[in-house]
Amino acid sequence: MTFTKQLFIGLVGAIMVTGTMSSVAVAFEPDKPIEFIIMAGKGGGADKMARLMQAIVEKENLSSRPLFPTNKSGGSGAEALISAKNASDPDHTIMVTLNSFFTTPLRQPGLQIDNTTFAPIGRMAEDSFLLWVHKDSGITTFEQYLETAKADGTKWVMGGTGRAGEDNIITNYLNNEFGLSMKYIPYQGGGEVAKQVAGKQLNSSVNNPSEALGFYESGDLIPLVAFTDERLPLFPDVPTLKELGNDFSYFMQRAVVGAPGMSDDALVYYTDLFTKVYASADWQEYKTKQSLMGDFMSGAPLKEYWNAQNARHTVILRASGDIK
Amino acid sequence: MDILISLLDGIMVALQPINLGLAVLGVVVGLFVGAMPGLGSVNGVAILLPFTFVIQSITGGATSPMIFLAAIYYGAMYGGAISSITLGIPGASTAVSTTFDGRPMALSGRAHIALVAAALASFVGGTIANVMFTGFAPLLAAVALSFGDPEVFALMLMAFATFIGLGGDDIPKTIFSICIGLVLATVGFDIVSGEPRLIFFDITGFSHGIRFLVLAIGVYGIGEMLWTINTNRHGTSMTQVDVSARSIIEAIKEFRHAKRGTLIGSFLGFFVGILPAAGATPGALMAYGVAKLTSKDQSSFGKGNVNGIAAPEAANNSASTGAMLPMMTLGIPGSPTTAVLLAGMVIWGLQPGPLLFTNQPDFVWPLIGSFYVSNVIAVLVNLAFIPVFLWMLRMPFTILAPMIFVLSLVGTYAAYLDMFDVSLMVLVGIAAFFLRILDYPVAPAVLAIVLGPIAEPKLRQSLLFSDGDFSIFFTRPIAGPITMIALILIFLPLIKFVKNKITAKKT
Repeated sequence: MTFTKQLFIGLVGAIMVTGTMSSVAVAFEPDKPIEFIIMAGKGGGADKMARLMQAIVEKENLSSRPLFPTNKSGGSGAEALISAKNASDPDHTIMVTLNSFFTTPLRQPGLQIDNTTFAPIGRMAEDSFLLWVHKDSGITTFEQYLETAKADGTKWVMGGTGRAGEDNIITNYLNNEFGLSMKYIPYQGGGEVAKQVAGKQLNSSVNNPSEALGFYESGDLIPLVAFTDERLPLFPDVPTLKELGNDFSYFMQRAVVGAPGMSDDALVYYTDLFTKVYASADWQEYKTKQSLMGDFMSGAPLKEYWNAQNARHTVILRASGDIK
Repeated sequence: MDILISLLDGIMVALQPINLGLAVLGVVVGLFVGAMPGLGSVNGVAILLPFTFVIQSITGGATSPMIFLAAIYYGAMYGGAISSITLGIPGASTAVSTTFDGRPMALSGRAHIALVAAALASFVGGTIANVMFTGFAPLLAAVALSFGDPEVFALMLMAFATFIGLGGDDIPKTIFSICIGLVLATVGFDIVSGEPRLIFFDITGFSHGIRFLVLAIGVYGIGEMLWTINTNRHGTSMTQVDVSARSIIEAIKEFRHAKRGTLIGSFLGFFVGILPAAGATPGALMAYGVAKLTSKDQSSFGKGNVNGIAAPEAANNSASTGAMLPMMTLGIPGSPTTAVLLAGMVIWGLQPGPLLFTNQPDFVWPLIGSFYVSNVIAVLVNLAFIPVFLWMLRMPFTILAPMIFVLSLVGTYAAYLDMFDVSLMVLVGIAAFFLRILDYPVAPAVLAIVLGPIAEPKLRQSLLFSDGDFSIFFTRPIAGPITMIALILIFLPLIKFVKNKITAKKT
């Protein structure tokens, strides 16, 4: 069979699939490429995830129009939020979010972003956080960590992604709860943070599993404690902070949202699209491999989840002095 | 020996018909994407990433899709030089410094020499980088790891030092130009504090910062076009071009004069490339600066010195191979393009990291083998197409000027799909034209906007680390010597300048 023949059959197939899809009276169909805003820079956890979703949509032929990813990493997500809010065509603008979806509108009220106006398409996963140190630090338990970090005072340096983001929140918590005075240095992406710890430029980090996995496998980085409710299947020997007696867990939402003003029909379409992405074998495999948690969530429950997260982050950021 | 055997095996896999076919296809696609103003390797790779799943479903493993993407990357690095030389618009951000000498050479009827030099220098740069990659990957990964924030900042300082030599003899104007670039580089959101800066008139477009390509196309596309119109007001000019095979052979012979630039570019580019900072663009710019700085004939740079083409072209190819190193061994991208490749690797089910070479030899070695193969394909394809590109130059400027204008508009829009960028680009072009009339060098401003966003956070992260103590740049074993050399390079011309002033006053 020649390539053109294959292509022709493929095209006919694609037309038939889209044909049958529209005949089931779908009220909304994208009629141009869908802008897929990524709230973070290229190469980070959110970016990889977004490109995987794009690939799954493409591979399984889930959408008649392609997703077009654009990275808008400026200002801890502020750039992405503004551009989604001002989207000229909200029905063709979706965004993959992190927790800056909650923290940035709180920290910068001047942006006038109300995150509950975004369309709740679907939460694809919740990412977890662990505390990492270099193997040469000689630290193997969380208790040793606290001792060393306390002794080092401000000489102990923690790296993380951005100001007042997830990593900063966990660092502040550790400082307050355990009487530490670790220094926090913000970087552009989690991959860079993990590299700085592996290169012994920083003392510790609170990377997501996916960001530190390469260095974990090589033995350079050691996880000490997980900020989750239960132990992670990928790290069965790493205790949770809860087990150690502190009632604290922290997750990052990995959700796809629609631009404010998206029509209900479009929301239905995208929810259906990402339900299919979530159910795909590739997504499930990725979730397991990268140690992602959380089930699919959309619509009203997702909005409730956002409200709860907004309330929680207000408390956290107020305690750290980032907002009044 | 083990390495050589693995490499030979890898090359054999890369030469299998399907992989060879994909490499040829990738190189040709990359060459044209790169030659198109505005579009560079990052666009080519990102657009075709989903297509690799089709390849994967046919061939099975992750090797063939990666060979395809790497070939696009390679091809684009070669292609970027083409519009830089023939039209004066940088084909990609990595090829900006190629316009400095490429355009003057084309205008003086030596386009064939410039294009051939670009192709051959790219080939040499790519080959040297491949050899270093093959032989010393684990060692180089350790070097990349040992570069913390102060080290990267020291390196950026050194790059700034080479600027001083870029602006001609008027040092105050050069410094002024650098400052404009640095100010423009701070527009957008600050990483360290998370606060917005210089968002003029609350326009959202400024929140992502002023993109380098917008500035580059504005300055070299629109600005250069206006300049040519202004200088050729009386009568239309037509560039004399010889497209015969004889001229190409003659040009290949001419390449021997570009030896120095090629070598500087190859090694410097590779080294900058392996540092997870920004990849090939700063590498190419620094190579140009160093080639000029160390040249006996500095004044000929910017007027058509073939070394001024060879250095950045060798550097952007070797830097792009170099940038693969932190991507594969550390899991962090050294350039925007490798960020997309990294996403691809994860999607294909590979885990980049220090163990990739041990755990996935079946992926790594054929890929490295394909670097060698793609490099050979790219130089052959490029040389074959040169007469076509030369032929374009035969168009009179009255036809070429509108084409440059349209390509600048389309190219800017295609790069980020943002209309704001297009208006900004035109404004920048007009501003650059007037700066040039007032005899201000614009190249230093362009360079400052590339390096500023890398240098600034590194400076501040270092100072956070040291509680504001600047000695951190002098006391660390790697950062210390680099900082010292940089400072000497910065002050040398200043001392010379002051000395000249004094002697001038005496006489």
